[in-house]
Amino acid sequence: MADYESHDYDVIVIGAGGAGLRAAIEAKGRGLRTAVICKSLLGKAHTVMAEGGIAAAMGNVWPEDNWQVHFRDTMRGGKMLNNWRMAQLHAQEAPDRVQELEAWGALFDRTKDGRILQRDFGGHRYARLAHVGDRTGLEMLRTLQQRAVALDVDVFMECKILRLLSDADGVVSGAVGYWRATGEMVVFSAKAVVVATGGIGKSWKYTSNSWECTGDGHAMALWAGADLIDMEAVQFHPTGMVWPLSVRGILVTEGVRGDGGVLRNSDSERFMFGYVADMFRAETADTEAEGDRWYDDHINNRRPPELLPRDEVARAINSEVKAGRGSPHGGVYLDIATRRSSEYIRRRLPSMYHQFMELAGVDITAEAMEVGPTCHYMMGGVRVDADTGAATVPGLYVAGEAAGGMHGSNRLGGNSLSDLLVFGYRAGIGASDFADGRSGNAVPNRAEIERSIAEALAPFERDEGENPYQLHHDLQDTMQDLVGIIRTGDELETALERLDELIFRASKAAVAGGRAYNPAWNLATDLPAMLTVSKCVTLGARDRRESRGGHTREDFPKADPEFGKVNLVQRQAAGGGVGEEIKIGPEPIPEMPPELQTLFEEDH
Amino acid sequence: MVDVIMRVWRGDRFGGDFAEYRLPAQEGEVVLDVIHRIQATQAGDLACRWNCKAGKCGSCSAEINGKPKLMCMTRMDQLPEGPITVAPMRAFPIVRDLVTDVAFNYGVAKQVPAFAPPPRPEGGYRMAQADIERGQEFRKCIECFMCQDVCHVIRDHEANKTHYAGPRFFIRFAELEMHPLDTNDRRELLRQKEGIGLCNITKCCTEVCPEHIKITDNAIIPMKERVVDASYDPVAWLGRKILRRTKASSEEAAVAGH
Repeated sequence: MADYESHDYDVIVIGAGGAGLRAAIEAKGRGLRTAVICKSLLGKAHTVMAEGGIAAAMGNVWPEDNWQVHFRDTMRGGKMLNNWRMAQLHAQEAPDRVQELEAWGALFDRTKDGRILQRDFGGHRYARLAHVGDRTGLEMLRTLQQRAVALDVDVFMECKILRLLSDADGVVSGAVGYWRATGEMVVFSAKAVVVATGGIGKSWKYTSNSWECTGDGHAMALWAGADLIDMEAVQFHPTGMVWPLSVRGILVTEGVRGDGGVLRNSDSERFMFGYVADMFRAETADTEAEGDRWYDDHINNRRPPELLPRDEVARAINSEVKAGRGSPHGGVYLDIATRRSSEYIRRRLPSMYHQFMELAGVDITAEAMEVGPTCHYMMGGVRVDADTGAATVPGLYVAGEAAGGMHGSNRLGGNSLSDLLVFGYRAGIGASDFADGRSGNAVPNRAEIERSIAEALAPFERDEGENPYQLHHDLQDTMQDLVGIIRTGDELETALERLDELIFRASKAAVAGGRAYNPAWNLATDLPAMLTVSKCVTLGARDRRESRGGHTREDFPKADPEFGKVNLVQRQAAGGGVGEEIKIGPEPIPEMPPELQTLFEEDH
Repeated sequence: MVDVIMRVWRGDRFGGDFAEYRLPAQEGEVVLDVIHRIQATQAGDLACRWNCKAGKCGSCSAEINGKPKLMCMTRMDQLPEGPITVAPMRAFPIVRDLVTDVAFNYGVAKQVPAFAPPPRPEGGYRMAQADIERGQEFRKCIECFMCQDVCHVIRDHEANKTHYAGPRFFIRFAELEMHPLDTNDRRELLRQKEGIGLCNITKCCTEVCPEHIKITDNAIIPMKERVVDASYDPVAWLGRKILRRTKASSEEAAVAGH
């Protein structure tokens, strides 16, 4: 029998980014015994990397803004595949969640009359992003961290969760994992579990994501029998760094474009004017002069095409580079130096200035940046009830990037931080209510504990086997080459074959050394989730035979109205795992009520 | 390109030594890239912390050629030629290799009395940009804890950790004390329990800050002044004796903090 320590809580939250902390704050504030468990130190979650801001229709800069406009922008940005109820709640409640942060100590940039300043971002009709320079994510995460500390939430840092645990009735009742510092095993029993584990980007070679973004929550929910939706919807952010190679993929905030930056090809042409899709033509400037006037006058001018939704911009950059009009290192130019003063750039975009100066030796107040698409965000995820965050298995709640539906097939910039707040809060309430209503103690299934621990420790038992770093490297090559920004049916079939090979090879992974803070072993225990999620993305991409939002099929280049009516749902039998069968099929998306449909009538 | 030679400290709390790794140089790399290549090809169990790899999370602090730096923001081509040493931060107990136990800092964070604004007025709080800029400077802190690592009060005197918060938390206190809406008074706590008087303003913290926060000039010195005003100014003392203050008193805040 395996050796492990045990902890019992009402609610455990896996993940300490924006969604996880917001959920924990809510559960703790309601008097529940609450713990947060995170793979890194507290305050290091990937939320710190968010730069631009938190989208919320507060109307501080443009009084014309309101939740209906935000809702409409979000749905159109997601190519109408979004769960309408999530998009509605998000647009309605984001302003309150932002104000709340301020009451907990966040210091947002101010308007002249002392209110929270809002900035322009792609796909948003009005300047809507509450921000702090270009380090909004840090401000938000630190504020939530400090609030959680003030409420005395228990935090288990550097603790990797391997698998969710169920009780005899199939209710999710805890989780098993290990302390990274010692490698010792730990079991949490809990009446409700919130999964807020963030993204999946570490399966690609060029990504803005940190090592933590291995899709643990997506995979663990699938293994526990929960539905996943729209896993093919992966966002490639149009502007990542492309050089030096070692920093390729690191994010360059959309705020550069929101604050006046433009994209140019090797002919110095503002090529985005040639890539305006019909859906956005009516609201996009068709001359540079109009686009330039828009920054100061949103009412009488239309927005520049550089601020189209991210999927549109990323595909355009990809096309320019393919057509031979790219920059020397395979990107395009993002130029703010010729358009704004040096003082303005350094005040509005201090960390971008710093990042390019230190890492690339480029002074962005004097030269253009070289940028290109980078794997950034997962729109797909666990299917949840919009109001409570409940997954399709009882006891499991999911919020943030791990949850699907909110963003449809493409997320607008700024809608992620607000998503974390709105649905972290709601999942915190949902999990609290479930825990309150549950009688008796949560008793996780012992066999699941034993199985997880045995699987996790297996790489130590093998003297010879696959190097986890090599496996990860090969996975990244596969996903980058075959399941990237532009996809085709043949390549996706090849990817599925390679993924099955990788899954087999990963079952032979071997690591040397001890269990205490051993990165090779830590990586080996991340691989099952990465491989599972990579397979889900590939299956979804194979079956969605159309192009929509972040999912582009070269062999099906147009959006298909029939596919626009369905989510692709993936599931395993409860107690699943990395090598086991995944069922996939279309299911109708929830239908929008007529009063919301009228908001889109001007489109037709 | 030529090879690089890395001398990386390997060991745990019982002891250790530098191990030498040699690998081909690659253009544009930072120290963290080279550590990752060592992990992938030569020493899979070489422990180091990292997250964002863009200088925003403050996870990968280490002492490179003896100086605390973020490994992700230190370019190889800007280090002097010859072997490069990479060691863990010295002020904290070792977990393994380059990873240290920074629990001390999370413990101090719990002692800081929280932000306490008045109830939110209709239409939200109003604050002028000019009044929050200093606070925003302090909130740039990425909690890399390098200022704590170089602070002599901590680095050279382990015993001080029980009654000294360190530069990272002096800026946290300063941020709250300078917040236009805050109603708490943390000055007595700073004096009695957090040891601000022990800082002898050598500015090592400021020099090492990757966010270029002027820790000493903009936070510690003003806070020292405020603490002195609160505790030793005879006129203020008399005023406190005679008048009842509307703000929670320093003594009350000090008690509430524990």
